[in-house]
Amino acid sequence: MAGATTAGRAHVPSASSRHFLRLSATPGQIALALGIIVFLALFLIVPVGTVIYVAFTEKGTGEFTLVNFLDFARTDLFIRSFWNSVYVSAMSVVVASVFALPLAYITTRFEFRGAMLIQTLGFLPLIMPPFVGAVAMLLLFGRNGTVNLLLDEWFGIKIPFMEGLNGVIFVQAVHYFPFILINLSAALRNIDRSMEEAAQNLGSSGFRLFRRIVFPLAMPGYIAGASLVFVKVFDDLATPLLLNVKDMLAPQAYLRVTSIGIADPMGYVISVVLICMSVLAMWISARAMRGKDYATVQRGGGGLAKRRMRPWESVLAYAAVLLILLLVLAPHIGLLLLSFATIWSFSPLPDAFTLAHYGRVFGESFVYVKNTLLYASIAGLIDVVLGTAIAYLVLRTKLIGREWLDWAATAALAIPGVVLGIGYLRTFYGVQLPDGTPLATLWITIVLALAIRRLPYALRACYAALQQISVSLEEAAENLGATKVRTVRRVVLPLMAGGILAGFVTSFATAAVELSATLMLVQSNADAPLAYGLYVFMQSAAGRGPGAALGVIAVLLVAVCTFASHMIIEKSQKAKGAGR
Amino acid sequence: MLRHSVAAAVLIGTALFTGTAIAQSGKVTIVTSFSKDVTDPFKQAFEKAHPGVTLDVQNRNTNAGVKFIEETKANNQVDIFWASAPDAFEVLKGKSLLQKHKPKAEGIPDKIGSYPINDPENFYSGFAASGYGIMWNDRYAKANKLPEPKDWQDLAKPVYFDHVAMAAPSRSGTTHLTIETILQGEGWEQGWRTLKEMSGNFRQITERSFGVPEAVNSGQVGFGIVIDFFAFSAQASGFPVKFVYPTVTTIVPANVAVVANAPNKAGAEAFVDYLVSPAGQEVLLEPSIRRLPVNPAVYAKAPADYPNPFKDPSLGARVKFDVNVSEKRTNVVDVLYDQTVTFQLDALKAATKAIHDAEAAIATKDNAEAKALVKEARDLVAAMPVTEQQASSPEIAGAFTGGKEKGARQAELEQQWASFAKERYQQAQSKAEQALKLVR
Repeated sequence: MAGATTAGRAHVPSASSRHFLRLSATPGQIALALGIIVFLALFLIVPVGTVIYVAFTEKGTGEFTLVNFLDFARTDLFIRSFWNSVYVSAMSVVVASVFALPLAYITTRFEFRGAMLIQTLGFLPLIMPPFVGAVAMLLLFGRNGTVNLLLDEWFGIKIPFMEGLNGVIFVQAVHYFPFILINLSAALRNIDRSMEEAAQNLGSSGFRLFRRIVFPLAMPGYIAGASLVFVKVFDDLATPLLLNVKDMLAPQAYLRVTSIGIADPMGYVISVVLICMSVLAMWISARAMRGKDYATVQRGGGGLAKRRMRPWESVLAYAAVLLILLLVLAPHIGLLLLSFATIWSFSPLPDAFTLAHYGRVFGESFVYVKNTLLYASIAGLIDVVLGTAIAYLVLRTKLIGREWLDWAATAALAIPGVVLGIGYLRTFYGVQLPDGTPLATLWITIVLALAIRRLPYALRACYAALQQISVSLEEAAENLGATKVRTVRRVVLPLMAGGILAGFVTSFATAAVELSATLMLVQSNADAPLAYGLYVFMQSAAGRGPGAALGVIAVLLVAVCTFASHMIIEKSQKAKGAGR
Repeated sequence: MLRHSVAAAVLIGTALFTGTAIAQSGKVTIVTSFSKDVTDPFKQAFEKAHPGVTLDVQNRNTNAGVKFIEETKANNQVDIFWASAPDAFEVLKGKSLLQKHKPKAEGIPDKIGSYPINDPENFYSGFAASGYGIMWNDRYAKANKLPEPKDWQDLAKPVYFDHVAMAAPSRSGTTHLTIETILQGEGWEQGWRTLKEMSGNFRQITERSFGVPEAVNSGQVGFGIVIDFFAFSAQASGFPVKFVYPTVTTIVPANVAVVANAPNKAGAEAFVDYLVSPAGQEVLLEPSIRRLPVNPAVYAKAPADYPNPFKDPSLGARVKFDVNVSEKRTNVVDVLYDQTVTFQLDALKAATKAIHDAEAAIATKDNAEAKALVKEARDLVAAMPVTEQQASSPEIAGAFTGGKEKGARQAELEQQWASFAKERYQQAQSKAEQALKLVR
């Protein structure tokens, strides 16, 4: 099985492998592409367009102009914000990699007890319920949080974890490193064991083996995760606002779009800039991968050989894993404490503990949980279907402009939730059902908004998964007489399963705690998801405990689902490994 | 589908439960920014008083609520808009999204403190009021050995440097009113001077009103400028916080309005009438709500120490407030504050710190030249890029409302004002540092 090429090196594709690529698309593929275009146009491009076209109009006359962009370039605040955002995003990728690499490597590469649990726990930081997550984080790491109060008492010092841009980098890295972890782990599991064996036979081992063979082969997964972290941090407004950092781009856009009674196009101008930057980042990451072949032929053999660790190695590994987990799970530990706390104010730990908060939310949380599960799983399903389809069209066909599907879907990352929410109301509220209720009042609108907002996550995961599959497998199937559809169904999809599941889990989990678009679209309590319930509680002092309790329920809910999907991945890997 | 069946089930359930519906019936849909602690008691009380009517309360922050009503006007499903910030109601009124309704209630005066309670054209009605004041975390104050503040001016003292928080006036309609009251009470120039001296001590300028009490409750910030009920409800939940009304307090109203083309107009009007009726006003006295009723008679039922703006002149009556002046320059004041304070907070704080240091040094060793420098520095900090007349001029105000006429763009003005402030803060800082060197 040495047919695959050494990865990480620019590689001239063999004539035979290119020859097999279909040069034109089949009618089925064209139909698929058109379907996706219609979906994206209807639920992303048109609604968003109705809101942000303002960026291109002149004040007073409404005529087309680019003067607003000139204003953007001339305003110190925006330029400062722009560079701050670039800096924070890049540094977040670096710090997130420091968290993610050891976890991913240790759990996939060694026989490590509790690997699955670690994968699940390492995923949790992504599920930071709005508002309460922030409060918990401040209570631990804030200027007068647990850590600093203790440090002050013992050593008379305070560490500004959460101050300024560095605070944003710290929190963002903790929050979003699972993107790298989950995609990199999926990629590592997919590496052909024979590659590693070949390298070992040739005398490579240790760090050199990792640096030259393993990591480059897992590159698609890493890039998928890292680019997501970059773009997501660039477009995220919640964390900077929670830390009161306002001179970054996304918060600036949000503050402007949501100001009452001010008709200022700059908020939308910034949105356009955010979209362009996101697409640019994705384009660069695609460019970085171009001309390289990451596919391996031998698939699903359980990934890398799992090595047993020597005792000292295992001590080191457990220590590293524990330390990282403790750090990245701190907000959730804080959240748990908060949900049991009576009063927690300017003290390292709560004054006392109680179960009352859970009692208060127990009755009403049922409907929220049901809605959340329903919405997030439908959204996740839509996302992986679209994600797989787009990845397939981009990577396996020669359709003209196919990258635009990818970019359009990715642009969704950059659109502030509130802009999407307003766009949906504007586009769908006028559309009436036969009985006169507006289309936008149906809960399916919330699901569609969630699906659009989380599509980029699933797309990146599916994309990376497909990149690792060698075309020759499909060609073999087709040579044996299988149709395109049958090949996709019987060969491509099963091989992509790990990546697709990773995509589903990411979309599902993050959709479960999404608030900004939801807040615009929820029409009644009976239709509201957990995040909305949480928001309602978090507007009063008495609601902090119950809000935290709801947050814990949300996190547990997602954790259970994540754990279940890890079990499925593991099981399917083992089954494949056994059949080998 | 599911939604409908659920809704139907709820409707059938309530119908069965409440028996026959009389007079008003059906569902009244409310969009509100008030928390559950406020809406739940009203929902219970109202539904009890009007069997057959159910309130469907949708919580949205004020901005989202305004946008929602704006975007859905073509097929409006909302009956009531219920929130604090008068500016949000002004925006809705300006876009003809509200419906006139004069509540039937008797005995409600025109003004509370010096603020008018109701919209003169009856598009929205005040149903409660609240006073602004200073809230602080007792543990925080003790740990940092900070004295208890009594008045607004106290917050400008050096001892509170980096310990105070406030919501941005552009993000919180009630904070905006407080700022405007200071500007009207002390005059444009002196008002801004006071504001900037206070703001130079700020640790945070939050983007939502509740961010301030939240930070004080958890002890991340020591002192916050907040509406009284945030502090009272925190105390009621057991947080170690204290609150004081400064000698001159601003009173801010909370309002309710019927939305234009309300699907259940009768139900909506019944709700507004209920809010200002004696029964509805009494609900405000509940500890979890604790706002000031607009009906003076209701205070007879209040606990002994309940603040009464109709009797206590320090609550609102001493300040002057001219609605017309305020309305003309709302956006200008907000943007001025954002551009010269919120987004320049680091520069402002650096200048403030330098001034504090220099003044402390001068206090121990007098030096006329240094004193003059510090005065210059203070004047530089206080300087504003726009005069009072300019602020309410149509040319400048028009830049923010997206007016149809061509004129200055908001972004242009913002850039000018921001660099004006930034330059002066830097100069002030170096002057103060010079002064410090002289006395050393």
